[in-house]
Parts: sequence; structure tokens; C-alpha cells
Amino acid sequence: MKLKALLAIVLSLGLAGGALAAGGEGSLEAKHPKKVDWSWEGPFGHFDRQQLQRGYLVYKEVCAACHSMSLLSFRNLSQPGGPEFTEAQMKAIAASYKIKALDEKGEEVERPGIPADRFPLAYANERAARAANNNAYPVDLSVITKARHDGSNYVYTLITGYSEQPPAGVTLLPGLYYNEYFPNHQIAMPAPLTADDQVTYAPDAGNPKATKDQMAKDVVAFLSWAAEPKMEERKQLGVKVLIFLVLLSVLLYVAYRRLWRDVDH
Amino acid sequence: MAHGNYSYKPTNAFTKWLDSRLPIIRLIDESVLAFPTPKNLNMWFTFGGILTFMLAVQIVSGIVLAMHYVPHETQAFDSVERIMRDVNYGWLLRYMHSNGASFFFIAVYLHIFRGLYYGSYKAPREVLWLLGIVIYLLMMATGFLGYTLPWGQMSFWGATVITNFFSAIPVIGESITQWLWGSFAVDNSTLQRFFSLHYLLPFVIAGVVVLHIWALHVPGNNNPLGIDVKGPADTVPFHPYYTTKDAFWIALFLIVFCYFIFFNPNFLGHADNYVPANRLVTPAHIVPEWYYLPLYAILRSVPDKLFGVILMFGAIFVWALLPWLDTSRVRSNRFRPFMKQFFWILMVVIFLLGYLGAQTADDSNLVFFGVELPIGKILLSRILTIYYFLHFLLITPLVGLMETPHAVPESISKAVLAKKGGAQS
Repeated sequence: MKLKALLAIVLSLGLAGGALAAGGEGSLEAKHPKKVDWSWEGPFGHFDRQQLQRGYLVYKEVCAACHSMSLLSFRNLSQPGGPEFTEAQMKAIAASYKIKALDEKGEEVERPGIPADRFPLAYANERAARAANNNAYPVDLSVITKARHDGSNYVYTLITGYSEQPPAGVTLLPGLYYNEYFPNHQIAMPAPLTADDQVTYAPDAGNPKATKDQMAKDVVAFLSWAAEPKMEERKQLGVKVLIFLVLLSVLLYVAYRRLWRDVDH
Repeated sequence: MAHGNYSYKPTNAFTKWLDSRLPIIRLIDESVLAFPTPKNLNMWFTFGGILTFMLAVQIVSGIVLAMHYVPHETQAFDSVERIMRDVNYGWLLRYMHSNGASFFFIAVYLHIFRGLYYGSYKAPREVLWLLGIVIYLLMMATGFLGYTLPWGQMSFWGATVITNFFSAIPVIGESITQWLWGSFAVDNSTLQRFFSLHYLLPFVIAGVVVLHIWALHVPGNNNPLGIDVKGPADTVPFHPYYTTKDAFWIALFLIVFCYFIFFNPNFLGHADNYVPANRLVTPAHIVPEWYYLPLYAILRSVPDKLFGVILMFGAIFVWALLPWLDTSRVRSNRFRPFMKQFFWILMVVIFLLGYLGAQTADDSNLVFFGVELPIGKILLSRILTIYYFLHFLLITPLVGLMETPHAVPESISKAVLAKKGGAQS
């Protein structure tokens, strides 16, 4: 009983904190996300480099305004299995950011970013983030597709699943938006992708048109890679390991049968 | 030595010299190589070997993970992600270890249920069985402690719920809970001691495993017929016969294990554990790891917390009484037409309890794989809990007394010959 009371207090504190900003009419379940055929699913799945590069662009120009990716470094952008920007492109991306550092006198200065730097944080800390966002906290996106059930489909459906107007009879709390794919159907994040060509894709590289749907898919690809940057290495090794184990099993089976051939059992 | 009069004979001057000083080659030879093993063991008897292998996998991968992991509330989550991202093959070590826990439990459950089916707990193997229960309890503790280490939401809230069990103890409960936490809530001191204990317990398990194998080697293996070994015709030396057979089954087990490591590594985990621990936000639905779910359902079926905790631990303690609750003179369910049915009913009941343990804690009707059943979850879990205890406390002694078992073969070798003859005619 004491535990239940504790949980109730903690739960109400969490909600009062505005993290999920629940509506007044009791909890509404989020709708199941739509299924998308992603290129990285299945044992032979892999990411599309161009898509990851476009996805990074969408993250940088749209999501990064409020969301951090604290676990990623610029160097990750040119690692195998990821967007695989060239070394020079990756260094240019890093250098385009100003990073706080100390000079030799211990004075705080700003220097251009280097490959080893983490992606800069959107806000200095959680309190600053909440202050700027109607007391809602834009979560870190480093592992977001692993931190939600069916994460890639969930993020895609969420960012494309906003309704312009809530259904009749539903009153939105101040500063919240209607989205049936979010618990309680009210979310503090405004629709991030509002118009085609919101992000400018390079026209010459065989890139598709930057429709809202395309941008959503691209950024989900980027987030899925960021959550699991060694996925391609893992699956490639897995295929080899399984082939080895199947062959080993066959040999062990033959040895076992042969050895037992002369034993009545 | 169990059966036969085999004994090791040193062959050269060095082994003779060593044998009269430290007979370690004799120990290995008599307990691993030449050990006479019933020749009719089926695949369900290979899980002992698989478990030994899995214990080694967990200890080795765990030791390397501990070289990179930081047990601190502000760094634990990120240090696990650093292992996944920046440590060479860190993702492999970590997925091997986290899925390894699940596969360790899959193997131990099959090992235990095999023991139940073939009566491996019955005389003269009671101590062997009791040591097995000790190992299982140690595994439960180790698995729970390990699950808290990534310091995600499920880690934190799982630790909060489980440690709060102890607060149910009258008078001293709160003091015990705070002593376990090292604080007034689950926090950094809890994480650090859990890491320390998580590192310690596997070696305790390894120690009890040695006792378990020792206790196995005095009476020798049980077998699917559940009859005693009568002579050398009934056995083969463990090596090479069972080393080869176990190796084959370990390889098959590894294929399934590796499918999860490489292609579905988070299937057995919970998405919330990739959200860093936050004491201000309770997850909507706190669930333990799958291997605790039947026990969790038993706990939740009782409205009173203290009684729930007692019943949950009682569900395991009742196994310890089993050698004396089972009144049958026959070990193997192969010759027990009624007990065999009750065994499978028990398996279904345990599975259903596990399914209930994964559901939300309300009293709506159970939705079983998409089909709504006309029974409330709480009522059903109470019925199943009562049945679970009745199986051991009432059904097992009564069926043993009332059932007429089939005729048991005279010896393993005769049963084998009869089977062969039957197959030919």
C-alpha cells in the first residue's frame, strides 16, 4: 500500500512536470503506428547513405532547433555503416559549429568544432529547455527509435500524424497540439514538418523531391541509424556467424551419429 | 564413482608422480572423461552442458563489459551506450550478455522441467535438486541486479518495485529496505552496491555448480526411464559419447541464441530501458524481465503485499519440498499415466501465469492473443495461483498414492533391446 501511494505521488509529480502534459478527460491510448517498409529491416537490411545524409539535414534544420542528440559526435557522420559523409564534408560540418572551450589562460572562448566534438546541445540544460517550450521537455533523440516500442514506425507516424483541428468536443490544453498517435492525443511538440521543400535537398544528387512524407522518412532513417550505429556491422557479422554455426552443427551431428552408431541406445 | 569399478591408472612417470601428490588428472578423468553415464539420455538431458556453457559466456562477457561500464547514476546509461558505440565489438559483448541472461533462463527452465518430468528430484538425488534450487535463486538475484545496471527507466523502477518487497516485512521492513538501498530511496549508492553484487554472485553460482555436479556424480545421472543403472551394459563413458552429443546440442542452442544477438537483440528487452532513469516519471506499465513473469503474476494475485511476497517466494520454496511430497515409487512420468497429464497442465498454468504477469494491473477481462476471454485477470491469476500450489501440495502426493504406474523395465539395456526388437518386428 505504501508503495502504491509512492507510485501515485511520483506519477502525479511527473505529470505535473508537464513531460507528457496530460489532458483533463482521462487517458486516451495512442493509436498504433503505421507500418513502413524500411530498408534496414531484416537480416540483410542496410541503410541508404543518401537517405541518411538527407535525414541528417532534416534533423539539423528542423529537429535540432529543440532536440539534442548528446550521444553523437561529428566523427560518427563519416563512419562506415552511417551517412558516410566524406572526411572533408564531416570536418566542414563540425567546423560550422561554435564550441565552447577554454584557452590556455583558462578563459572561455568559442572555437570551431572538430570531429571528436559531440553534437551541440539545443539548450544548456533541462530547465532552460522547459522554459523555452511551455514547460515541455524536448527529449534527447540519440536512441529515440529504441526507446519507443516499434520506434522507427512510431516516430514516422507521430511526426506525420498531426490533425489540423481536434475532433469536435475535444478541447486542447493551451500550447498543445492534436495527435492521435501520442498518449492522450495531445502533444506539446508542434508539427515539425509543415510544408514540402521545408528543407532544401541538393537537386543534382538523384535526391527525391522533399515532400513532407519524404523528409519524415529520411529523418527517421537518420534517427534509426543514430540509435544503432553498428547495425550494419552487426547484421553482416551475424550472417557469417550463423553460416558457421550451421556448418558446425552438421559436422557435430555427423560425428555424434557416427560415434553412437555402435551403441544400442 | 557411481557405477562400475573403473579407476584411473597413470601411465607414465610424470602422471604417476603427480597422482600421488595432486590427483587432479584422476579427478578430471573420473568425473568428466570416463564418468559412466546412462546410454539412453535424450536431448532434454543436454541442458546441463548448455547451462555450464552459458555460465561461462555470461562470466567472460560480463568481465569485459565491467572494464568499460561506469556504475554511477549520472554515467551508467551513457557508459552502456559508449560500449555500444565506441568500444570495439562492444555492441556484441553487450547484446551477448543481455540476451545471454534470457537464454540462460530458457535453458534453466527446460532443465528444471526436465527434472520434474523424469523425477530427477527423487531419492537419491534430493541434495542435487536442492542445490539446483539454490542456483536458480542465485540466478534470479543476479539477473535482477544486472537489469538495474543500464540505469534506464525499467532498471530504476524495477529496482524500486523489487526492493520494496522487503518493506512488507513487519516492524523491520523499512530498515531492511533502506539498508539494501544504502539510502532513503533507490539512488547512486543502490546502483553501486548492485554492481558489486552483480559481479560477485556469478562466482557464487559457479561454486554451487561445482557442488551440484559433485552431488550428481555420487548417484549418477537420472535417465528418461527413471530407473537405476544396473551395470556397465547400461552406461557409456561421458567422453566422447556425451561430450559429442552435448556439443551438437550446444551448437543448435547457439544458432537460436545468435539469431537474437545479431538480428533481434532488443526483442526480449523493453523499450523504456532506453530512456534514462528518471525518478519523477513512472513508466505507465512496470514489467519485470520475462523470466520473472509467472512469479510476478502470483505476487499480484494477492491483495495483501506481505502475503503476496510470501506466496511468491513460496512458489519456489515448494520445489524444495517436492522430493518428500512425491509419494510415487516410480521416477519417470513415462510410466505415470496420470502424473504425466498433470505435468502438462502445470506447464500450461505456468505459461498462463507468465502471460498474466505481463498484462497491466487492472481487473479487465483477459485478452489472450487478441481474443477477449470472459474472465477477469485478477480472478484468473488467483485460480491459477491456487492450482499451482495445489499441484505440489495436494495433487503430487495424492496421485503418487492412487495411480498405478505402467510396468517399469528391468534395466536400461533391456529396455533398449526391447525397443530395437519392437522396431524390427
